[in-house]
Amino acid sequence: MTWDHMTAEFLVGHYNYWMTIILMMIGLYVVVSRGNLVKKIVGLNLFQTSVFMLYISMAKIFGGTAPILTGNEDEVYSNPLPHVLILTAIVVGVATTALGLALIIRIRESFDTIEEDEIFDIEQKMAEHATSTSGER
Amino acid sequence: MLSSLTPHLPALQVVIPLIAAPLCTLFVNRHLAWAIAFTASVAAFLVSALLLVSVLDGAVISYQLGGWAPPWGIEYRIDAANAFVLFIVSLIGALVLPYARQSIEREFDASTHTYFYTCYLLSLTGFLGVAATGDAFNVFVFLEISSLSSYALVAFGAKRDRRALTAAYNYLIMGTIGATFFVIGLGFLYMVTGTLNMADLAVRLDDVGDTRVTRVAFVFILVGVGLKLAMFPLHLWLPNAYSYAPPPAAAFLAATATKVALYVLLRFMFTIFQFDHPIQGLTFEYVVMPLAIAAMFAASIAAVFQEDIKRLLAYSSIAQVGYMLLGVALLTETGLTAGIIHLFNHAVTKGALFLAVGCFVYQVGSSRLGDLKGIGKTMPWTTAAFAAGGLSLIGVPLTVGFISKWYLIQASLEAGSLLIAGLIVASSLIAMVYVWRIIEVAYLEPAPEGREAKEAPLSMILPTYALVAASLYFGINSELTSSAASVAANALFSATNLASEGASH
Repeated sequence: MTWDHMTAEFLVGHYNYWMTIILMMIGLYVVVSRGNLVKKIVGLNLFQTSVFMLYISMAKIFGGTAPILTGNEDEVYSNPLPHVLILTAIVVGVATTALGLALIIRIRESFDTIEEDEIFDIEQKMAEHATSTSGER
Repeated sequence: MLSSLTPHLPALQVVIPLIAAPLCTLFVNRHLAWAIAFTASVAAFLVSALLLVSVLDGAVISYQLGGWAPPWGIEYRIDAANAFVLFIVSLIGALVLPYARQSIEREFDASTHTYFYTCYLLSLTGFLGVAATGDAFNVFVFLEISSLSSYALVAFGAKRDRRALTAAYNYLIMGTIGATFFVIGLGFLYMVTGTLNMADLAVRLDDVGDTRVTRVAFVFILVGVGLKLAMFPLHLWLPNAYSYAPPPAAAFLAATATKVALYVLLRFMFTIFQFDHPIQGLTFEYVVMPLAIAAMFAASIAAVFQEDIKRLLAYSSIAQVGYMLLGVALLTETGLTAGIIHLFNHAVTKGALFLAVGCFVYQVGSSRLGDLKGIGKTMPWTTAAFAAGGLSLIGVPLTVGFISKWYLIQASLEAGSLLIAGLIVASSLIAMVYVWRIIEVAYLEPAPEGREAKEAPLSMILPTYALVAASLYFGINSELTSSAASVAANALFSATNLASEGASH
């Protein structure tokens, strides 16, 4: 690809894809950079949502309608398959979020915090304690 | 009646544990739940054995779900490669359950047992589904079924150690990123081919050529699956997940999860991408192989310095994944055979080792080296089983580990690299160091006074010994594993463009 491709038409025509990339990067960045476990889950959701957008965008056909049988054989309709795939992926995403949040509740109950660095400190202390008492039992 | 079920074996393989899973929770009684889970896992094992027998001659079984013809409908496609994976996964699945019953009886509240069996069966369903399906998106769905239930299985360990919760959480974050990367890759493949059936994808990708989209798809899928199979350095979730999971879950996951992910990698690289374009082969040669070798050393050395046996074995698992990837990355048929043989052999060995550690945990309440001094005298059977597994990990003759290393070294010599063969031997020596540390503590140090540890109950010893026996039997008579692996490798390899490329060199 050369810079000649970077016309206004190209940039505007791929609006969905630009947004997908931006959303994907924001999501991934939040997952990596935030220490709060709930915020990480939010980031993960953003990341997954961007992929949903990617699939839905590719299914779109200009002038296409919803894929419903109308009796008109020349009807132009969007590709329904990515929609169905993403329906499945959304279900997976919801399950992942639910499980992640459930784990956070349990973590909060037993560590009394949902900040990653504080949990890390507690775990370091547990490890040191285990090393010092090991073998004395 | 049985003969009328035969055509439906590929579907039954997945459906049996899937239906049994919710039944475990619905029948509130935990003994009944165990009986259901055990029956389902044995049934799944029998199905996989039948499937393996019927494809060993190189045949391919194609099953159309709901009668929809591929590539429109979802197809289950069983050839030697996935029949072999189905066999090993369901074998481990059936063996760990009798063990799990005793183990979790002591560890968990009685009310949570049914949930454990449900998660276990769902996880088994996922692994079997990933291996059985011939539809690329279906792989993602089953991968997530297995992963979600694996996260829950790891979190079950919170009863003993609350760090299991954070281990499960980190596993969830990394696993989801991996799965999402995989889906992005699939999306790109669908964009350029308009199909999701694996066989159809392979044909159409041929016509697409070496475009930027296929390159991006290749990399996304490689990284996504790499996260799932703990490819160094994407392994960070693994040590905690395996060391804090309850012992039966750790044994089950260690023996199956990474193996199934490796199968996905093989299926996508060899069946779908087929190394059509030089860049794919080069990626394996210059990225995957160095990482595999790095894993063999870095993870083995990390294992030497662990104080907890479960954690030690987890690091060793990362190193063993390195061996498998190394075999695959040689990109020869012998290398692929070696990788697949090691996949089976390591599943058996690591399963046996984790089960033996579970026996220690059951009786002593800890898997730390400092707490297991002189355990060889009080728990001789368990310790002997562990020692046998340890020998196999090193690759001592008459164990399966030796067969793996033999094939790996043969493959690397065949590829003309004495260096790689030397590195395999060198990293095996590190394995000797970490296995010896445990043997030394268990046999040579005096037992502390006042520790009352008896031998573990028979229902835990027997499954452990079944796997130890398998690791010895297949180490002496490797006929079945090597023939199955070479048929599988041949099935995968014959589709690729590597053979002709190699001839032109």
